[in-house]
Amino acid sequence: MMNKNTNLEVTQNLAESNPSASTHIVVVGNGMVGHHFVEQLIQHEGANYCQVSVFGEESHIAYDRVHLSEYFTGKDAQDLALTDADFYQRNRVDYYANQKIIEIDRSHKKVITESGESYSYDKLVLATGSYPFVPPIDGHKRANTFVYRTLEDLDAIRDCAKNAKVGTVVGGGLLGLEAANAIKNLGLETHVVEFAPRLMPVQLDEQGGNLLKSMIQELGVKVHVATGTQNIVEGEQCFHRMNFSEDGKEYLETDLIVFSAGIRPQDALAKSSGLVLGERGGIQVDSHCLTSDKDIYAIGECALYEGRIYGLVAPGYNMAKAALDHVLKQGKLEFKGADMSTKLKLLGCDVGSIGDAHGQAPGSKTIVFQDGMQGCYRKMVVNQDATKLLGAVLVGDNASYDTLLQYYLNDIDLPSQAESLILPVSDGASPALGVDALPSTASICSCLNVTKADISQAVAKGALSLADVKAVTKASTGCGGCAALVKNVVDNELLALGVEVSTDICEHFAYTRQDLYNLIKVESIKSFDELLEKHGKGQGCIVCKPLVGNILASVWNDYVLKKEHVTLQDTNDRYLANMQKDGTYSVVPRIPGGEITPEKLIVIGEVARDYKLYTKITGGQRIDLFGAHLNQLPDIWDTLIKAGFETGQAYGKSVRTVKSCVGSTWCRFGVNDSMTMAIDIENRYKGLRAPHKLKFAVSGCTRECAEAQSKDIGIIATEGGWNLYVCGNGGMKPRHADLFATDLTDKELVQYIDRILMFYVKTADRLQRTSVWMDGLEGGLDYLKSVVIDDSLGLAQELEDQMALIVDTFQCEWKTTLEDPQAVKAFRHFVNHDGVDEQVVFVEERDQIRPATQSEKNHLIAKAS
Amino acid sequence: MSFNWKTVCKQEDLIEGVGVAALFEGEQVAIFYLPKLDPQVFAIANWDPIAKANVLSRGIVGSIEGKLVVSSPLYKQHFELSSGQCLEEDIVIPCWQVSLENGEVKLAS
Ligand SMILES: Cc1cc2nc3c(=O)[nH]c(=O)nc-3n(C[C@H](O)[C@H](O)[C@H](O)COP(=O)(O)OP(=O)(O)OC[C@H]3O[C@@H](n4cnc5c(N)ncnc54)[C@H](O)[C@@H]3O)c2cc1C
Ligand code: SF4
Repeated sequence: MMNKNTNLEVTQNLAESNPSASTHIVVVGNGMVGHHFVEQLIQHEGANYCQVSVFGEESHIAYDRVHLSEYFTGKDAQDLALTDADFYQRNRVDYYANQKIIEIDRSHKKVITESGESYSYDKLVLATGSYPFVPPIDGHKRANTFVYRTLEDLDAIRDCAKNAKVGTVVGGGLLGLEAANAIKNLGLETHVVEFAPRLMPVQLDEQGGNLLKSMIQELGVKVHVATGTQNIVEGEQCFHRMNFSEDGKEYLETDLIVFSAGIRPQDALAKSSGLVLGERGGIQVDSHCLTSDKDIYAIGECALYEGRIYGLVAPGYNMAKAALDHVLKQGKLEFKGADMSTKLKLLGCDVGSIGDAHGQAPGSKTIVFQDGMQGCYRKMVVNQDATKLLGAVLVGDNASYDTLLQYYLNDIDLPSQAESLILPVSDGASPALGVDALPSTASICSCLNVTKADISQAVAKGALSLADVKAVTKASTGCGGCAALVKNVVDNELLALGVEVSTDICEHFAYTRQDLYNLIKVESIKSFDELLEKHGKGQGCIVCKPLVGNILASVWNDYVLKKEHVTLQDTNDRYLANMQKDGTYSVVPRIPGGEITPEKLIVIGEVARDYKLYTKITGGQRIDLFGAHLNQLPDIWDTLIKAGFETGQAYGKSVRTVKSCVGSTWCRFGVNDSMTMAIDIENRYKGLRAPHKLKFAVSGCTRECAEAQSKDIGIIATEGGWNLYVCGNGGMKPRHADLFATDLTDKELVQYIDRILMFYVKTADRLQRTSVWMDGLEGGLDYLKSVVIDDSLGLAQELEDQMALIVDTFQCEWKTTLEDPQAVKAFRHFVNHDGVDEQVVFVEERDQIRPATQSEKNHLIAKAS
Repeated sequence: MSFNWKTVCKQEDLIEGVGVAALFEGEQVAIFYLPKLDPQVFAIANWDPIAKANVLSRGIVGSIEGKLVVSSPLYKQHFELSSGQCLEEDIVIPCWQVSLENGEVKLAS
């Protein structure tokens, strides 16, 4: 039997020489797969000795169609682009946008564009994809009817939705439900009309389909199954009326219609040039993706291999690799079909389908678990003696998908109580498959085709950390769904090699940050000395002291300059200001949401002028005053606090800023009051100390002027409430935030943020930004959602209580400090002298001070003495 | 050998567990007070020769493999409190003999 998991098989052909320098490769179609072909060609340095031309019918350069729907939730065409014209140009690829190829002249080996130009080729690659099938119902060409395939389609839908109230999707398959979700997010009353008796008829059985239907209906989408549309005519309340019965008694009125009734391979060009097609369409190819013409290849959704069209991107990528291998005459790879198992989230509902979902194999048996209360349905299809998994269906919860998929792909023997794989277990964790049990051929990362053996080899060759293994193998750099599995395999390999993975934070504590957090909490430890005495050794260091100081602050929220805490603080926390390179400090008062009165602005100006401070607006919408001597800090803060300012905690690993736009109050596009939300959020979380600094932003609409999607916590106003994004980051390693939840009320929003932040505080490593934390979180975003939204760990109350304590015990650290003369004394530069540090020397530049360079200093100090 | 002890500041000027800066014969000295250890006080230069700033009194005090150190608040190198030896680079900074007597902190010049 063919190994299900490698659709690329290694063949024995001996490599011939490379194609000659003059080989001209023409690629028709600049979609996901066409682009992948070009990208692989460049990677193989093929572009150096071939001449490459790419023709795309669309006006956009190749983009990520898989994530097309994100175009409606904040991403723009540029975010979705897979490449840019520059990249093509740098690699000498000629790219023609808006150029449809309308003819192939096979005898002269030329392609002809719509505008009549012709280009010759030596090898032609057809990557024309597919087009949405629109059932030929009467009235299907009326205005305000759409398909869901390209950026232009989505532009048109968005435009139409502005004046629409009701939207309907024809087709209840994968793509149809995704389109329905998008329409719902556009704020329309949403209907799905499906001809078959259940949703997702290809992947789901009847019970699974029914459960999905009821879950989706609970979300407010109306589902009409077993419903055929007779015709579409002018409506009375809405733009259209869709008649479901011939007598016109059953009908639905809707303003816009999206057809999503399946895809058809885009084979028109191949057909008109006489290439062999399948009976029901699709360009017939062999395992090299060669068509009936030995110089023409077809890859992606337009290609038909052994009677099958592959409507997913991963098989398309593998076709691209197989075709390239053949063009370059490397003789290493072939395409041998692909597994079509899928897992996804539709309208917030998990759906998974593996292998023979319908139990069609002779003698197969099914094991079903259904929980009507929790809304979850799981089915396994097993062989006659229940030793192998043939297929599975999951609705409502995908927790067991990864494990089941590995059993299926690798033909692993099922445990004797096979049903245990889908039965709920009392402690909430489903039995995971030990990675030991996986054969070395097991595909760990299917996007990038990385097997367990690839990972073992990488480890054996010296990649001794997850990051190294990822860098070498590229595993989990695609969709990222395999991150947890990759980590397990790596850890397992390291263990087998006898490498001990030390997670101790430093020589003084043989614990991780999470361990210390729990010890401090559970044993009610209130000081570093107490912790050191009970659980550590030595005198502490720059790793454990600030770390413990930080945890104590997160848990008990004591004043950080209390006698027993002062020794733990980094200089910034110890002097409540940010030390600069010359030993002076910068001062940043809090300006919640960046909103400030003229009076306060004047006070800042006066302070800056009186103390001669260099003044700069920060990226977080506040004002930073540089060049303050240690002994000036208390006076500066005295003035600021009297004017109503509070500490900005720019010095702490704590909540920094909540960047905001003015939102609906002023902006004509705003849909909600982002300004008030930003101020409320900043005031709520301002005292929180966390493993690393935290930045927030709030935008008043999806135009996203506050750049919330690059923040740890990003909030975007929608017609239906607030969309919450989490774990984004600018800085050294930018990360786009993940959409965590949509259309939240103010209350839900704050509740989720409370829980997310406290869970982060509880579980993150030392100095780990939320972005890295998320990437390392086993189970990723879905796991975080289950913890925060479904309270899967039963922690929600504890997390909220902990946050409530922090919020209730907030104090402005500068105010507390100024009230304590002993604390103020610590801000003298010398304990035995009133002077300041004479090594601090400023010069003027652009009418403000800056630290003098060494030579300027030598000169100035010499002159003075 | 006998030292010439001079008072630099009062014991009450010191802060437990951290350093303070004092001016001693025109030089900036960082004085650390660790009352649970013996000796209890240490004095090294306040000048961090790597960062080129007078900041060592404001670093975190700790131990690395048994050696008592302060870490520079700017670039985090460690300096041994008893000798002024930098652990990361081949640099030794000045250090002073210190004594605590009747509430006075004295340095040997
Ligand atoms: C909303 C949506 C969600 C999806 N979600 C998933 C998912 O979660 N997982 C998954 O695996 N797959 C998903 N898919 C499917 C995935 O996008 C496709 O499998 C993939 O895009 C196929 O790539 P392709 O290059 O074959 O076709 P396409 O990406 O469609 O590219 C074909 C390109 O060729 C151009 N073209 C066609 N004819 C010509 C011509 N004569 N001359 C010039 N240019 C031409 C077209 O304009 C098009 O740009 C989704 C698709 C959609 C629409
Ligand atoms: S995000 Fe929206 S509301 Fe805010 S400023 Fe931009 S356009 Fe206006």
